[in-house]
Amino acid sequence: MSKVKEALFDPIFKNNPIAVQVLGICSVLAVTSKLETTVTMCLAVIFVVTLSNLSISLIRNHIPSSIRMIVQMTIIASLVILVDQFLKAYAYEISKQLSVFVGLIITNCIIMGRAEAYAMKNGPWLSMLDGLGNGIGYSIVLLAVGFVRELLGSGKLLGYVVLPLTIDGGWYPANGLLLLSPSAFFLIGFFIWGLRTWKTELVEKEN
Amino acid sequence: MHNDTIGKTVGVAAAVCVICSIFVSGAAVYLKPIQEANKTLDVKRNILIAAGLLEEGGKTDVGELFEQIDSAVVDLATGEFVDDIAAEDFDPRRAAKDPTQSVAIDAGDDIAGIKRRSNYRVVYFLKDGEKIKRIILPVYGKGLWSTMYGLLALDADMTTIKSFGFYEHAETPGLGGEIDNTAWKALWTGKIALDADRQPAVRVIRGHVDKNSPEAVHQVDGLSGATITGRGVENLVRFWLGREGYGPLLKKLSM
Repeated sequence: MSKVKEALFDPIFKNNPIAVQVLGICSVLAVTSKLETTVTMCLAVIFVVTLSNLSISLIRNHIPSSIRMIVQMTIIASLVILVDQFLKAYAYEISKQLSVFVGLIITNCIIMGRAEAYAMKNGPWLSMLDGLGNGIGYSIVLLAVGFVRELLGSGKLLGYVVLPLTIDGGWYPANGLLLLSPSAFFLIGFFIWGLRTWKTELVEKEN
Repeated sequence: MHNDTIGKTVGVAAAVCVICSIFVSGAAVYLKPIQEANKTLDVKRNILIAAGLLEEGGKTDVGELFEQIDSAVVDLATGEFVDDIAAEDFDPRRAAKDPTQSVAIDAGDDIAGIKRRSNYRVVYFLKDGEKIKRIILPVYGKGLWSTMYGLLALDADMTTIKSFGFYEHAETPGLGGEIDNTAWKALWTGKIALDADRQPAVRVIRGHVDKNSPEAVHQVDGLSGATITGRGVENLVRFWLGREGYGPLLKKLSM
């Protein structure tokens, strides 16, 4: 039971893929300027990483080590194409805004990293939970960054006006920096700082 | 290490490929009709934006608004309207590939990089009674990575640009993809597309347009980091406004 818990909950904070493993930063910069795209991206990544971990774990005893990366890549790429096709059919506007970034989930280091580091060595059930946990861990950071960026960058949340902007006659002067990708770096930095202050065991011992 | 025999390696690779391809092609085939419907709706939405009837991001009923738009099939070579083909039934992308419905463009004239163009194209009008208020011309051409599909709206004088934007492309987000930036698109409004001899005169230039220059009415600021995309945009506008494109039609309508 504790192993199950570990697989699912460890990646959420204690071993968060973005804040602790520092994987998959690229997409955090790209898709978080608005919450709507952020949420879609989170769901897509959770779907892909959960199912890729599950399917790779199911066939892990049959994958020849010489082609194991290619096999993992093929499975991940297929799952990503499924997501991409699905979004184009049922969420066309969002898929247009996400443009290449859905396809780029293939290269998201979290997914390949979990397949190689966890799913190749553990059973399907635990691997699936590990994938789900990592997907959620990734999503928490993404949503936090997306929340701050949309709120302070364009005064909205999920497209609804929260802080009326000065250019529309309100009182809030939009912070344009937050709409630019580098701002996500600062926010992740703050997130990592906060996490390490809260969970002091994450801080490396000084040499 | 029984997994590492050649037979098993090839077998696993083949099995993974077959299973994955079943999923991928299944999804692609099954979802295609819905995706196509989305695309058509998106083009209509963009035509309405080009016509100034819809705000960008507006969520009104597109079908109803679209009834205000007139469409017509036009023979590009002569600039005459073709009455016996309904605009809804005409598929310009298919026609451009069909040798019986398209012509090859001389390499020297093919600045938009499209190789062939269909004999007919559909154009859209916003009319006030019988008078044309705006004409909306579908245009396309090669950017850096992709073919960019856009809509160019001209005023009743057939030379002043009212709006310009792309509805389909795959340029680099953040660089060439900035052709979707509303601030950049707004730069096109009010530019004079043709010179006094009715030749295409639009230029996407490097850096900022010098407002005092006599050429300023024809010029648009380039996008930094997107030189080739910008050149592609300039070339496709010049191509489609020229004699190989809508030139004959515009000449006729401006008289």
